Amino acid sequence: MIPPQFEYYAPHSVDEAVALLQRFDGEAKVLAGGHSLIPLMKLRLAEPHVLVDINRIPGLSYIREEAGHLKIGATTRTNDLLESDLLRRSYPILTDAAHEIADPLVRNLGTVGGNVCHGDPGNDLPACMLALDAAMVLAGPQGARTVPASSFYKDTFVTAVEPTEILVEVQIPKARARQGSAYHKIEKRAGDFAMAGAAVSLVLDSAGRVESAGIGLTGVGPTAILALRAGNSLVGQLPDESHLAHASQLAQEATQPASDLRGPMEYKRAMAGVLARRVLDQALARARGGG
Amino acid sequence: MSAAAHAVSPAASLTSAGGTNARIRVTVNGQAVVAEIEPRTLLVHFLREVLGLTGTHIGCDTSHCGACTVLLDGKAVKSCTVLAVQTDGREVRTVESLEVGGKLSPVQEAFIECHGLQCGFCTPGMMMSATALLAKTANPTEAEIRDAIRGNLCRCTGYVNIVKAIQSAGQKMQSAAGTGGKA
Repeated sequence: MIPPQFEYYAPHSVDEAVALLQRFDGEAKVLAGGHSLIPLMKLRLAEPHVLVDINRIPGLSYIREEAGHLKIGATTRTNDLLESDLLRRSYPILTDAAHEIADPLVRNLGTVGGNVCHGDPGNDLPACMLALDAAMVLAGPQGARTVPASSFYKDTFVTAVEPTEILVEVQIPKARARQGSAYHKIEKRAGDFAMAGAAVSLVLDSAGRVESAGIGLTGVGPTAILALRAGNSLVGQLPDESHLAHASQLAQEATQPASDLRGPMEYKRAMAGVLARRVLDQALARARGGG
Repeated sequence: MSAAAHAVSPAASLTSAGGTNARIRVTVNGQAVVAEIEPRTLLVHFLREVLGLTGTHIGCDTSHCGACTVLLDGKAVKSCTVLAVQTDGREVRTVESLEVGGKLSPVQEAFIECHGLQCGFCTPGMMMSATALLAKTANPTEAEIRDAIRGNLCRCTGYVNIVKAIQSAGQKMQSAAGTGGKA
């Protein structure tokens, strides 16, 4: 299969890229890793007249802690997440998720920015960003703006990114003491999108009570879902069996799955609850210094 | 091969406005190649149809099977999901580069010795993923091998002999390195 014809631009700065998006208002798509866009173009589900390839913009690939945040550049490859010692140590949820994204060949090209802003509810990183209370930095004609993950996902394939904007960075609050995080999904075939997935990031206080908890869900609704009530139900509690079971039940209730080739909605809903519980347990173990 | 091999400076700002072709300069299996191509040309088509390197196979054409795996700047990627224009100024290695001067690479030898193939369709991609893995991890565990070929589907073998072949290639390369040989 050959993609439809398009004009190709490979700018060398974010400003140049934004200017191209403005010039071809609504007609241009950003090409990052291409592992969602190119298949969609082959199938004629996307037929952009112009591609703006951001891979040649220097300085968009990095993972670093700076000024109270973990900052990840848009063209950082998902395999770079897997290979980062900083993430393995302090943000293991991202190591977990990176390992479960497709396969190493895809991860060598697929980008963090693309995974986060493609808007496919089956992408693994959006649920993590919701759990981590991340923010997306978008560059546009009027400069940069920051959108919290919780208001970033509008609908399937629809995010807060305007046609003239580019996601340039993801910002995650810097990891704290007694923070634990984890991600896990189940898939029908190795390397497939999730039938259901759960992401948890939580912080314990010195007495072992939950100070904050974010729970994100993959593949069980029109977008990645922030299970707000589930996370809040744990705040201030000593996370014992009954609280964890209750939070998992609330996470399950936050889903809006559809039946499709990846499974019936009842199964996906049930698995969201099961996975939320497993991932809560693992995040807690990590927050307590194990796992 | 319709593309001429001569040196030019890398395109400062590669564009193809108004549906024109793009001129790319890419190193394929150590050879500098310059070509004028449509921006929509996929890397796998460029390799097979422009350069005549048909060792890279087209399997599923949907980024799943890995039969089209090549190395892009040393990293294994699916060439059905890369635009050839994206490789401008970069280095591509295909399965044809494994044999040097009539001598098979340790990975190729091991696939023969361990019978790491049946129909052979997935084999070029498997060997490229194996080559990338062994360049990074000298003596991989079975789990590491299985993880590295997670993106390469084989419908014949059940993977057992493929895993053995990659293990054996790793050992060959290590003992060659140990005796001062070159893997």
